[in-house]
Amino acid sequence: MSVKLGVPSKGRLMEKTFDWFAARGVTLSRTGSEREYAGAVEGIDGVSLVLLSAGEIPRELAAGRIHLGVTGTDLVREHLVQWEQTVEELAVLGFGHADLIVAVPQAWVDVDTLDDLDAAAAAFRARHGQRLRIATKYHRLVRDYLRRGGVADYRLVDSQGATEGTVANLTAEAIADITSTGETLRANHLKVLDEEPVLRSQATLFRARHAGKTNAERATLSALLERLGV
Amino acid sequence: MTHGPARDLAAALCARYEAAGAMPVDCAILQPAETLLDLYGEEIRARAYVTQDPARGELMLRPDFTVPVVERHMRGGAEPARYCYTGEVFRRQEEHPERASEYIQAGYEVFDRADPEAADAEVFALFADLLKDYPVRAATGDIGVLTAAVTGLRTSERRRAALLRHLWRPRRFRALIERFAGRTPVPPTRTALLASADPLAGAAPLIGLRGEDEIRERIVALHEDAAEPPISAEEVAHLDALLKVSETCPFALERLRDLAIDLPSIGPAVERLARRCDALAARGVDVDALGFEAAYGRTSMEYYDGFVFGFASTVRADLPPVATGGRYDALTARLGGGARIPAVGGVIRPDLLLAIGEEGA
Repeated sequence: MSVKLGVPSKGRLMEKTFDWFAARGVTLSRTGSEREYAGAVEGIDGVSLVLLSAGEIPRELAAGRIHLGVTGTDLVREHLVQWEQTVEELAVLGFGHADLIVAVPQAWVDVDTLDDLDAAAAAFRARHGQRLRIATKYHRLVRDYLRRGGVADYRLVDSQGATEGTVANLTAEAIADITSTGETLRANHLKVLDEEPVLRSQATLFRARHAGKTNAERATLSALLERLGV
Repeated sequence: MTHGPARDLAAALCARYEAAGAMPVDCAILQPAETLLDLYGEEIRARAYVTQDPARGELMLRPDFTVPVVERHMRGGAEPARYCYTGEVFRRQEEHPERASEYIQAGYEVFDRADPEAADAEVFALFADLLKDYPVRAATGDIGVLTAAVTGLRTSERRRAALLRHLWRPRRFRALIERFAGRTPVPPTRTALLASADPLAGAAPLIGLRGEDEIRERIVALHEDAAEPPISAEEVAHLDALLKVSETCPFALERLRDLAIDLPSIGPAVERLARRCDALAARGVDVDALGFEAAYGRTSMEYYDGFVFGFASTVRADLPPVATGGRYDALTARLGGGARIPAVGGVIRPDLLLAIGEEGA
């Protein structure tokens, strides 16, 4: 058996992860055809590469099917209940930066803070007879953030993509989504609230706390972590 | 999960409720989510299980019985009415995975216009009697005293409404008090907005359902609020003193009567508390030893708006209260479609009673 390392299976997140490991003497690569999600690890014995969608890595870590995994903090915190007891954050990798933010129409000149959003939500409910809708796919994180911020009279509506378009399409009044540059928000006439973001996310190396290990795997894992300097 | 012993104990409790005059009622486990979401807001989703029905839309596994029992009564129950029920409730436990997500409640609810304080005392005394052999300690409070204090603040109607809306969110309530008392710096965005002659000039195209009139209305409200004098330091101090009251009932009553000199709006609520204490004493409750905390029941995000009470284990501090209850007159109005009736009730958790065991048993 071997130590299993889960890494995003495509795109810049995969390339940057490969670069990060390479800089520490561990070479990760995809093998086989372009379409086959198989990988190889060189520079250390007893480690195997598992290529997965970044969204599945939290679940695989929680289930202990992989020992280590690279994914965004946003995904871990949204999908794992009591995430700190399930995984350990070993290292932030310095890329994949994105903030989970709450945004409202730019034309809402009277709304810049959570306090404003709460007041607007109360008035909206009184006027329209329904709670102000916020479109997001990060239900738990956003609900917790708004609860701590004292916002009431809102309702989360699920949006798994093109969330910035929901306000213009009249399916939500505000949104909560991941943004890195804010360009898409501006193009859709939205502005970020003048508050701390819900979460500052970046690519992070996690260790599964509940993954079973043989003695050999335990030794390999410490050797790998020492090599990575984490 | 087996509820056998808890179910037996719940049945025994229900028999006692029936002996006290209650009619047993049953409620569906699947409840329309919309009613509960309207009452509790989005936060209920973190605490209840939501499921989907192709024809009926979003449904919730009942997180409590009170709402369906009130709905049932408001659809044409006799008056006065006493109901009892027993069955599972379901709660998501994201923050406390060690707590049960499915457990039995045995509840008793009274709908009676005649004498609300006597009804409060009836429910509390019945619970105290049912729990007398268990290692528990009772605590009481009164949301009505707090509400009355806020209603009497010398400030704008809008500010009082904002405070009442957040009465159940102590942190947010505190932040609002600080702001209305002029102790929080005004955010620069607000200052800029108020300084602008026409803030909507040159603004981005308006998208979404919230209209320009709504934005203009709020800007007017913000100008009015900026011109509003701060809530006086004296009034804030009185409110703080009120929130800190935590004594046995006779001392609490004395303290509140003192405070009522400075906060006259709480007078009638304090006299209701006095009548309740008398009614409790008449039913044999040792009022001299019974605790009263003005802030009790404030964080539970419930629908109580008057008398509130709970019985907590004295041997297992890690457990939630074994019994809770209170008055919820406003809930009957919200679910009654114009009708309303004073109502008070509570629930006992037999599983927790079994966990703490009878004293000396």
